[in-house]
Amino acid sequence: MNKTVNNRAWFLVIPVVVLVAFNALIPLMTVVNYSVQETFGDNTFFWSGVTWFEKVLRDDRFHGALGRQLFFTGTILLIEVPLGVAIALTMPKKGPWVSVCLVLMALPLLIPWNVVGSMWNIMALPDIGLLGYTLNALGFDYNYTRQPVSAWMTLITMDVWHWTSLVVLLAYAGLVSIPEAYYQAAKIDGARPWAVFRYIQLPKMKRVLTIAILLRFMDSFMIYTEPSVLTGGGPGNSTTLLSIDLVKTALGQFDLGPAAATSLVYFLIVLLVSWVFYTLMMRNEES
Amino acid sequence: MRTTKWLVPTLYIIFLMLPIYWLLSMSFKSTNEILGGFTLWPREFTLANYAEIFTDSVWYNGYINSIIYVSLNTVISVLAALPAAYAFSRYRFLGDKHLFFWLLTNRMAPPAVFALPFLQLYSAVGLFDTHVAVALAHTLFNIPLAVWILEGFMSSIPKELDETAYVDGYPFWRFFIRIFLPTIAAGIGVAAFFCFMFSWVELLLAKTLTSVAAKPIAATMTRTASSSGYELGLLAAAGSLTLIPGAIVIYFVRNYIARGFALGRV
Repeated sequence: MNKTVNNRAWFLVIPVVVLVAFNALIPLMTVVNYSVQETFGDNTFFWSGVTWFEKVLRDDRFHGALGRQLFFTGTILLIEVPLGVAIALTMPKKGPWVSVCLVLMALPLLIPWNVVGSMWNIMALPDIGLLGYTLNALGFDYNYTRQPVSAWMTLITMDVWHWTSLVVLLAYAGLVSIPEAYYQAAKIDGARPWAVFRYIQLPKMKRVLTIAILLRFMDSFMIYTEPSVLTGGGPGNSTTLLSIDLVKTALGQFDLGPAAATSLVYFLIVLLVSWVFYTLMMRNEES
Repeated sequence: MRTTKWLVPTLYIIFLMLPIYWLLSMSFKSTNEILGGFTLWPREFTLANYAEIFTDSVWYNGYINSIIYVSLNTVISVLAALPAAYAFSRYRFLGDKHLFFWLLTNRMAPPAVFALPFLQLYSAVGLFDTHVAVALAHTLFNIPLAVWILEGFMSSIPKELDETAYVDGYPFWRFFIRIFLPTIAAGIGVAAFFCFMFSWVELLLAKTLTSVAAKPIAATMTRTASSSGYELGLLAAAGSLTLIPGAIVIYFVRNYIARGFALGRV
């Protein structure tokens, strides 16, 4: 659509800018403020420059948390995106079952995050939980409070359970927007299912899938409540993701300087990746 | 292929429903039965857990608090996002693309980063432990989302609609409220749904910004952990009740969701 140039449109944007600026800029400045100062806890602060940043960037603990975070985000993206697309492709396109599928699938998205955490926490208990008991009865040695591998598997299963539906909904929305004529043309040409997927369905889903990946990347990178309720970062530090590590430093030990520096590094990583995605997405849209 | 196509979604839905079944089934068990050993369904069916929640004011106030701030947030987010989305969809103005990306960056800010500064900010302006504080704090990630969704919907409405209305002599606000808003009602529904959803499920900020008067239900649930060990039955009942508002909302907007995604940018 060709848009009119009109700078008075700023007036329409003011309420949003004011609200978001109040919530974003002031806290962000507070974080920046802490990140460059040293304090001994008596409300006196000293300028410390970039010491905290140097310290954080060299810190093994930060590297560990970042590594685990990248592993987590990578794994869930690799599972959720193909799985979500596969489910969207096989879902009914019309009829009463569409509503049933949509409502049931969206249900996990609407459960408060700490409830999700506690649900899985209890369900995975090896002695009395449905999942833990079944796995052990089948002969698997499974105990997520003691074995890091079990904890990771539980964590990833929980996230797949919680968020795959978002990918399904987005991919499904992309699919239903394909006109029936495309499929008929493909049929006349004698296209195989794979060709239909590769040349009709996938290109049409490209935009929604980019958004799905972007949203899942951002949200999984800042995940806090579910893993902190499920495993609390344990056993040991094996499932301590970035947010959990951060909250431990900031609220547990009250090391505001390092916590603030970590926050900013963390935020910048998310920002950078998202910016690359966003630019690619917009370029695709314009071409 | 055709005959087995339904198998994938069916298996997926079963996988989704298992934990939910487990939660519901636990909510009808006594804590003793839960801790006593593995039982697939409640042996001694009891409603005691629900009775406790509906008779204890701390419990049911948690639900009321959550619903108040979630509704408030939805109203604020959508009302503020409507004119902004209109501006983005209809006009080019100084810095529009940067502004749009800046708004989106706030969707990317990890709440864990902001928890402490938020506490200080809202204490400083005297809003700590009020519903308004949580509602305002949640606009941080809901407004960008609402603008994003609404902008997509508005862009799918041809500009001729606006122009015809102006030719007919409608002033801007009258056109906007009388003609434009009804046209994008589905979009408003979808935006409101997402604002409701993200505000309802968020806990970290809601918990940080409240202590007693506006404490959300999700935070009240931690009560079961401290008093006399884990009262799992009670926890499960409280958790089951948190499913209801979401289920109601999704039922109402189910037809718009797919359409909303397809039209909007989300």
